[in-house]
Amino acid sequence: MTETMTMAKALNEGLRAAMRSNSRVLLMGEDIGPLGGVFRVTEGLQAEFGDKRVLDTPLAESGIVGTAIGLAMGGFRPVCEIQFDGFIFPGFDQITSQLAKLTARHEGTLTMPVVIRVPYGGHIGAVEHHQESPEAYFAHSAGLRLLSPATPHDAYWMIQEAIASNDPVMFFEPKSRYWQKGEVDRESAGIATHSSRVVREGTEVTLVGHGAIVSMLLQAAELAAEEGTSIEVVDLRSLSPIDYDPIVASAQKTGRVVVVQEAPGNVSVGSEVAATVAERAFYSLEAPVLRVSGYDTPFPPAKLESVYLPSVDRILDAVDRALAY
Amino acid sequence: MSYTAATVQLLSPEGTLVHSDASEQYLPYVDKLSDDALQEFHRHMVVMRRFDIEAANLQRQGQLALWVPSHGQEAAQVGSARAAKPQDHLFPSYREHVIALMRGVDPITILSMFRGLSHGGWDPKEHDNFHLYTLVIGSQTLHGTGYAMGLNLDGLSGTGDPEKDAAVMVYFGDGSTSQGDVSEAMVFAASYQTPQVFFLQNNHWAISVPVSRQSRTPLYLRGEGFGIPSVQIDGNDVLASFAVTQANLDAARSGAGPRFIEALTYRMGAHTTSDDPSKYRDNSELEFWAQRDPITRFDTYLRARGASQAFFDEIAVEGDDLAADIRKRITELPVPATSTLFDHVYSDPHPVMDEQRQALADFEASFEEGN
Repeated sequence: MTETMTMAKALNEGLRAAMRSNSRVLLMGEDIGPLGGVFRVTEGLQAEFGDKRVLDTPLAESGIVGTAIGLAMGGFRPVCEIQFDGFIFPGFDQITSQLAKLTARHEGTLTMPVVIRVPYGGHIGAVEHHQESPEAYFAHSAGLRLLSPATPHDAYWMIQEAIASNDPVMFFEPKSRYWQKGEVDRESAGIATHSSRVVREGTEVTLVGHGAIVSMLLQAAELAAEEGTSIEVVDLRSLSPIDYDPIVASAQKTGRVVVVQEAPGNVSVGSEVAATVAERAFYSLEAPVLRVSGYDTPFPPAKLESVYLPSVDRILDAVDRALAY
Repeated sequence: MSYTAATVQLLSPEGTLVHSDASEQYLPYVDKLSDDALQEFHRHMVVMRRFDIEAANLQRQGQLALWVPSHGQEAAQVGSARAAKPQDHLFPSYREHVIALMRGVDPITILSMFRGLSHGGWDPKEHDNFHLYTLVIGSQTLHGTGYAMGLNLDGLSGTGDPEKDAAVMVYFGDGSTSQGDVSEAMVFAASYQTPQVFFLQNNHWAISVPVSRQSRTPLYLRGEGFGIPSVQIDGNDVLASFAVTQANLDAARSGAGPRFIEALTYRMGAHTTSDDPSKYRDNSELEFWAQRDPITRFDTYLRARGASQAFFDEIAVEGDDLAADIRKRITELPVPATSTLFDHVYSDPHPVMDEQRQALADFEASFEEGN
């Protein structure tokens, strides 16, 4: 049995389910109480669980993450909301130097079940610092796990899996997808947490992406099919660790791989995927692995975001280039 | 920056009790202490100074990569730590060696960090809730504050039973007061009225930079600015350190919210063994603080109370024994197996750790096969 709901609602329902099943789960963040968060993901949760489990915090990201660490030391499972991607950096030190390393520093006697929710990515026409994709900074840091759902169903399940993890999880929510509806099966996630997944089968080119980009890859595949090109699409779902088996299997089948992401391409998650596919599928490749990314510039003013961000046209251009080899 | 009119002192540098308006409210805490309890303060201070000297020697002899001396700060640390109950959680920075010892951490564990064998590794739950050292300046203040928020949420403080109530005490230094995390910790602590004591050891130097570069106002006033009742004490007076901390921990445990103590002390040695204080500070300052040494004044006080020479001889031997013990054991510490690189990066199974552990094992095995 499935239900249709938006990703924001699916996250809300996932958080509610996690809070009902485990009284140690706490939500912390700016404006997440009566307001329900600037994206309303936590709407109604403070009313249901009270202000001791849904904490409107002072406006300080390092403070949010640092105190979440202390709460986790006391046996809580805090879920922190960072209001926007570009506001995570005041908390960067606590995330990378403390949260990520404390289990190792304790030689395994301390778990760090902290989730950091980060609405991320562009396509919402917002001001500076509100449209960024900072996932590579965190994928580079040992000790963290990174997840990013592309659908309401994955959002519902993956947020619960993130909360159940005994390791810190950076949970990247594609904010341009918050209001898109999809089917959610509340009975079963249907896939393991850190798995990538083939979401469209094809034979000639493999497109790989995560978060909001996945729906764009599916659009590109649809258009390419009209022109007779068969495209396979892989949703990464987990950015750390990355489940390479479905990607490599796809590369071995199609021989051509294009990795797509909103983040700048330089030293990015997409770069890592490209390098690993080259290592593991070298003899199957008919073309170099190509990347379509945000340019290596600051995220531009909103009127230029459609130029900066990957588009269906840029993706299809890369598909053509891959096929030309 | 040194003592001010507000500095609470119970024991003068000459070793006599101070009776003043400021001291009267704290002296009853001292009155309750038996001679044995007072001698215990002294034992910890003396033994730890001997340990500290030995550790610095071991560094000079190449057995440690680095040492972080605590010489001069014994009273601030011992007094405050003796005021803490076993259920209290202590969050140190990285110079609180004597508190580690008092809370049951084997001193060799501390040394193993500075020998390059671990990043900490003791389990706070097994060591009277003494948490790990934190080397990023000030970060631990937020961890302690979060822990204290949890004590409130779990109803473990302010229960009305002082024997059961728990609190947090977080240690930090004058340099760290310029870090944003310390300010954020005080914001959160005041906002959520956490059961905790901020214990600032103002040792006057952040490596080579004097406290005047960090603050032009006495640092205890920072706490007041956040709405946290704050007090400045003579941190080289172990009785003030004990009594004022006990009063403030009692208040925090009872549910009265956070408290802030600035303990004025002095880093008699270098920041670490990599440092050369002669390049940036005056001997006259060192001399000023040498005359206010925490151990000398307490030695005088205990003798005036009738402590026997045998006691002083005994603790000197205990210090020498500890020094000999660590000297012997330091070279016996094993280097961890290479596979431990991957062991505790994550708590749950992780495929990359498994792959890389195997890759390293295969790489190492390739040399064995080749010989």
